Amino acid sequence: MEVAISANKIVKSFSGKKVLDGISFTVRKGQIFGLLGPSGAGKTTLIKILTGQLDQDLGTAEINGKDTRSLTAENSKSFGIMMDNFGIYERLNCYDNLKIFAEIYGVKKDGILNALKKVGLENTKKTSAAKLSKGMRSRLRLARVFMTDPDILFLDEPTSGLDPATAGDILKIILAEKEKGKTIFLTTHTMSEAEKLCDNIVMINEGKVAEHGCPQEICRRYNHQRMLKIHLSDGTDIQIPHNEAASEKVAELLKNGSAEAIHTTEPNLETVFMELTGKELMV
Amino acid sequence: MKNIKAIFIKQILDTVKNKTVFIQFLMFPIMAVIMENAIKIQDMPEHFFAKLFAVMFIGMAPLSCMSAVISEEKEKNTLRALMMSSVKPHQYLIAVGAYIFIMCMVGMSVFALLCEYKGKGLAIFIFFTAFGIILSELAGAAIGIFSKNQMAATSLTLPIMMIFSFSPMLSMFNESIKKIAGITYLQQISDIINGIGTSKISAKSVIVIAANSAVGLALFSAAYKKKGLE
Repeated sequence: MEVAISANKIVKSFSGKKVLDGISFTVRKGQIFGLLGPSGAGKTTLIKILTGQLDQDLGTAEINGKDTRSLTAENSKSFGIMMDNFGIYERLNCYDNLKIFAEIYGVKKDGILNALKKVGLENTKKTSAAKLSKGMRSRLRLARVFMTDPDILFLDEPTSGLDPATAGDILKIILAEKEKGKTIFLTTHTMSEAEKLCDNIVMINEGKVAEHGCPQEICRRYNHQRMLKIHLSDGTDIQIPHNEAASEKVAELLKNGSAEAIHTTEPNLETVFMELTGKELMV
Repeated sequence: MKNIKAIFIKQILDTVKNKTVFIQFLMFPIMAVIMENAIKIQDMPEHFFAKLFAVMFIGMAPLSCMSAVISEEKEKNTLRALMMSSVKPHQYLIAVGAYIFIMCMVGMSVFALLCEYKGKGLAIFIFFTAFGIILSELAGAAIGIFSKNQMAATSLTLPIMMIFSFSPMLSMFNESIKKIAGITYLQQISDIINGIGTSKISAKSVIVIAANSAVGLALFSAAYKKKGLE
């Protein structure tokens, strides 16, 4: 599979403090890639480097095979960036908010209307941005990214602070983009979101890669307990070691109908991150 | 060029709905029209209010609008979105500066009409007021860049604006203030405007305006170097 984004031993310091220290990973085309780390871990700095907004001190970064330090305006059209804290013009309506960026990207009126439709804001195009809910604001930010129909989407905390229903809607939009073959580079604090959405993740802590790989694979790798958790029909849970002997016990419980659900005791990404760094991700 | 055009359009769309900024462009020209027509005092210099308000307009509108626009965009993170969408800092500053300049020059045309300038007098008026507007914009941009948010910008803009704008008026009543005000570009522009048709532009005026330009550029560069535009 072709590589969409690659980072090779990226180092970046600010005022002598290393924010990124030898970060390496690759993102294949059509993947949803998750960058996880606590606040201040260097996620935004990394996005800036990968999108050519900031030069790294050492190492190389490429996007669609182009060195990010020499991206042209034409190259920049191949990706879109949505940062969590990107502002919107409160006094302008949704359409005019996009019109400004449409002028910059050379997008026609149809492009604006399609982007609004994609995020479900087609009926609120004349609504002032000041009157939008938090979820609608997130959609408007997403619409800004969709306007140019880029191959790669950089989404920084797209569901941050949203209620579960709205977050779910945003995730559906993201998944629909993946279905169309887009590459999505996602940063998130929500572990369940990363586990559900991402094909691959990188956990960064204090500027270094703490762990990387497929979320399920990582969780399996850190399954030190190796237990089976069985929910019985009387409402109680039991745990048995996940080994050869377990098969007899499980078979017996299934035979007499007392086992309602069987789960493995793999840790989730949050637990793995804590084990690796001693920190919580939701910092 | 398309980036500058985009920011310029944004400014047009936004300012119409931004009363705080929009009123700055209207307040002094309207006040000048009212005062010129409503107040007639014996021995009052010709077009006294129009000339006075023209200088105050140069000192207030460009400075406060520029700092307000930049600091608001910084505070609300819209500037960040622009910077991450291939807009370069100089393109942003040129677009916002050009918009405010044009709006101020429209206001300035009201003063020119009130003062009934023609020919060479009109050319001198346009040249020096335009230069003054650019200098005030430079100061406003420096404040906007230096400030973290709108509140911080206002707390810096207000005293600077008051000192610059009111000193030419206060200098009419006090010799000491006149001496101090003489080192500011606004006092010199005021002297030039008041002397149109009666006296020549003094070398002192040109030197003071040039020196003010150098200081303004240095302050702007220092603020930009220290804070950048994000």
